[in-house]
Parts: sequence; C-alpha cells; structure tokens
Amino acid sequence: MNALYRRRRVINFINLGISMLTVLFGLFWLSWILWTLFAQGFNSIDLTMFTQSTPPPGSKGGLANAIFGSLLMSLLATLIGTPIGILAGTYVAEYGRRGWLAPATRFINDILLSAPSIVIGLFVYTVYVANVRHFSGWAGAFALALIVIPVVLKTTENMLRLVPDSMREAAAALGAPQWIVVSFVTLRAARAGIITGILLAVARISGETAPLLFTALNNQFWSSDMDAPMANLPMVIFQFAMSPYRDWEALAWGGALLITLSVLGLNILARIIFRQKSTLA
Amino acid sequence: MHTIPEGQLKRQHLYDLAFRGVTRIFAFLVLTILIGILISLLIGSWPAIKAFGPGFLTSHEWNPVTKQFGALVPIFGTLVTSFIALLIGIPVSFGIAVFLTELSPLWLRRPIGTAIELLAAIPSIIYGMWGLFVFAPIFAEYIQPWMIEHLGPIWIIGPLFRGAPQGIGMLSAGIILAIMVIPFIASVMRDVFEVVPAMLKESAYAVGATTWEVVWNVVLPYTRIGVVGGILLGLGRALGETMAVTFVIGNAHRLGTSLFSPGNSIASALANEFTEADGVLYTSALIELGLILFLITFIVLALSKVLLYQLAKGEGTRT
Repeated sequence: MNALYRRRRVINFINLGISMLTVLFGLFWLSWILWTLFAQGFNSIDLTMFTQSTPPPGSKGGLANAIFGSLLMSLLATLIGTPIGILAGTYVAEYGRRGWLAPATRFINDILLSAPSIVIGLFVYTVYVANVRHFSGWAGAFALALIVIPVVLKTTENMLRLVPDSMREAAAALGAPQWIVVSFVTLRAARAGIITGILLAVARISGETAPLLFTALNNQFWSSDMDAPMANLPMVIFQFAMSPYRDWEALAWGGALLITLSVLGLNILARIIFRQKSTLA
Repeated sequence: MHTIPEGQLKRQHLYDLAFRGVTRIFAFLVLTILIGILISLLIGSWPAIKAFGPGFLTSHEWNPVTKQFGALVPIFGTLVTSFIALLIGIPVSFGIAVFLTELSPLWLRRPIGTAIELLAAIPSIIYGMWGLFVFAPIFAEYIQPWMIEHLGPIWIIGPLFRGAPQGIGMLSAGIILAIMVIPFIASVMRDVFEVVPAMLKESAYAVGATTWEVVWNVVLPYTRIGVVGGILLGLGRALGETMAVTFVIGNAHRLGTSLFSPGNSIASALANEFTEADGVLYTSALIELGLILFLITFIVLALSKVLLYQLAKGEGTRT
C-alpha cells in the first residue's frame, strides 16, 4: 500500500470516528439533562404536588393550580387551533394545486412554525391584553393556539399528500361530491397522521413559556377564571427556579420533571401511533 | 335508469363550494396572522420609532430612568450567542447526519434518530434551568479557568476568553443554544442526505472512494443548498430562543469584549423587562426590539425555506 492510500484511509478513519463521537456528544447532553431532572425532581413528585396550590416562600405546597392552569389553557388552545390548522391544511393540500394562496400559505406557515414564540406572546399582548388591560387565561390560550395552528397545518398537509390520488378518483367515480371525498375519504385516510400532528402540537405548547410571559402571566392561587391571570407550570417553574427559596426550587425541579416526562411521553406516543399506521398501510 | 334529482345535484354543488370556501378562509387566516403580527408590532413600537428613529439600532444606551433606549446591546447579544451556537452546532449536526445516513447499522438508525429528535422536544425552560443550576457551575469551575489559562493569552482571540469565570454569560448561552439547535440542523441534514441518489454514491464507491470521500465529495456538493437551508433553520431557532438564554446569559445591559461577560439578547431582554416596564416609551422600545427580532428571523427563515424548496424542486428534474 502506498502513502496516498494510507493517507486516505487514515483521513476516512479519523473523520468517521469523529462522526460517531458527535452522536455520542448529542446523546450525552440528552442523558445528562434527563439524569439531572430525575435526580433533582423525583423527590418532589408526590401526592401533595397534585393536591395543593403553590405555596408562599418557606412553606410546603404543591403545583395543583399550575397543573390545572396548564391543562386548561393547553386544552383550549388545542380546541381553537386544531380546527383552524386542519381546515387550512386541507385547503393547501386538496384545493391548492392551482393559484397563489396555497403556496403562499405553505411558505408563511413554515415561517410561523419556527418564528420566535416570544413574538407570538408580544403579538397577543398588543392586540388583546393591552386592549382589555389585564392579563388573562384567555390571552394565554390564544397565544398557545397560534403555536398549535402551524404544527397542525403542516402535518395535515403532509399527511393528505400521502393519500394516493387513486382513492380520491375512486370516490369521485362513485359519484361522491368533492366535499364528501375530502372529508370522508382523504381526511379519514390521513386520520392517524393528523392525530400525530395534534399530539406533537400539544407536546410543543405544554412546555412553552415565552408566549405566556405577557399573556397568562401567573397566579399564586387556584383560579379557573379564564378572564384573570392564570397559573401555569412553565411560569411557576421560571419564577420558582429564579427564586432564592429552597422549597420553591425543589418544586420547580418537580414541575420540570413532570413537564419533560409528559412532553417526551406525548412525542413517543405520537411516533407509535404514526408508525402503527404506516406499517398497516 | 335511476337519475339523481336536479335539486340534489345543485345542493351538493353548493356544499362543495361552501366546503372549499371555508377551508380557503382558514388558509387565508394563516396569512393574516403573519401580517397581523407585523402590523401590531409596528403600531406598538411606533412611539419608540418616532422618538429614536434609525438611531435605535446603533445606540448602546438602555436607560429606563432617562428614557433613552437603543437596541445595539441586545442585537449584539442575539447575534453573538447564535453565532456560537452555529459554530458548535454545524459540525456536530453534520457528524450526526453522516452517522445516521452512512455509518449506522439499520437497526440503530431509528433509536438514535429518535433520541436526537427528543433533544428538540425538551422544553426550552428545562434547558435554561439545567444550564443555570448544573451546567454553569461546572463550566465556571473546570472549563472557564482552563480557557482563561490556555486561550486567554492567544493573539486576537485572547480577549474573548478573559474575565471572571462566572459560569453564566454569552458563551454559556451560546453553548446551550448549540445543544438546542443540533437536532433541528441534524434532522434537516439527514433528510437531504437521504435524497442523494444511491447510484451517485455507488459510482463513487466503485471507483474506490472511501466513505468519507463519498460524503465530502459527492453527498455534500449534491445537497449543498439543503444543508445551508438546514443551517439557516437552526439559526432562525437560535435567534428567537427565549427561556434557555434568559436563564444563563446574565442579563446585563452592556457590551463586553469577553465572551465570559454577561450580556443580553433581544428575547431575554423582553422576557425580563416587559412586564415590569412602566411608561409608553419603555414598553414600545421593547416592542420595537420584538419587531427587530421578528424581522431578522423572518428573513433568515424565508431564505432557509427558499433554499429547501429549491432542493425539493430539483429532485424531480435531476435523475
């Protein structure tokens, strides 16, 4: 073997070795973060966390009001955002083969998908909070809904595109009008994929903090009034983690573990649903 | 022969139009959201735009007491931390994508790919907390002293690594941003690497190229546009990231030459100051910061999408 061959082999060996190291590098952070969360947060997760509200500094308490607020706002945001996303996605995929609106919507949606979430919060603040002059659960739900829409739109569009045209044509050949073809054939065929998208959207918003900063704010107490500031997990974690009180910090770690587990759980669930569907098809 | 009554046909036609119309309205709604964001931020920041003009972009003053505001420090912090993130994130993402497309045995691809993608699913506030409580102390204790000793004296780049090892600061924020953008860049790179026709790669292998030579001389040139698109997508994410940065950047409103010094990014300034801002001018200066952030990320993301669409379009025409 001459020197050139050896040199090429050595370069190949070194670079591929580095490539493997980068994978370890990525996995290293993931496992470190997860390990930290379990080590710090596991002890804080107990029954009182789910039954008591956030305590004043120095006393015991839980996160019940924050968990409730997060669930309520996420639910409402999903209820608002999902239909909009599905309908807009349906237009882009089913009716958008001609004209300017569909490509434009797809392009703008891709940008909204990655747009800074704090700007979404700022937007809801300027158009809603500033006008009603108080922070509220509704404002938080609206901000989160604006994050749901692009995620659902994108997956709906992608999933509808996977439905073969022969299915549309078969339904049309039987005399079904287009609205029936779309709503009872193609949307139904893409159902699993769309559910995946919704789950991913829920996962995304349940950890979002930035859009809630200027909208839902936070609330020390149990409140189910959507027209008042509302407690939510991310904001409580933010406030408690930045505080000098040990009890608060421990609760923040508990909340952090709770959020991460639910977000990762939703992500994995979404993958399983989608994979089952794709192996069946 | 049975015929469908005229009335029913008409009714179905009407339903068709209505269904199409409704979906069209919602598609249109998505467009108006973007325009709405732009207009509302523009209106909200109007007092600041009127008061400071274009000088807002170049002034480093940020004084709520004297009501003098300038965006230079947060813009600087945003750009520096994102630049650090890309500096670390691009090579690592490239390595991961190469591993996932060329090296990994088939059975390992899905678990590792999923694990890397889960890194993207972890909420940013978790990164922030972990960065502040776990990463920063270790960074200050072991890594920063080493950097001060070994990188500090080096010509030109030396000043970047001087100052007190506090753990938090621009460099820590950049490193944590890097971890956060890796999954985004890596998954785009993996996706575009997968569109390279097998025939091209096999031809290169057939003439004796090593795996690395195939990646570097065949795969990368072929997917160049998509790779840049993926990098820009990661950049778009890094620029607007809020919570992770807010925890670790140190939130000091000053320009420092050292990467160890605490700074501020647009997003972290907003997160910290917005709800406490009193007075129209202060609030609108912060909204103007948000507008600047939105415009920067819009341009970056639009560019990214244009590049990625181009690659997708080229896929059909090239054989």
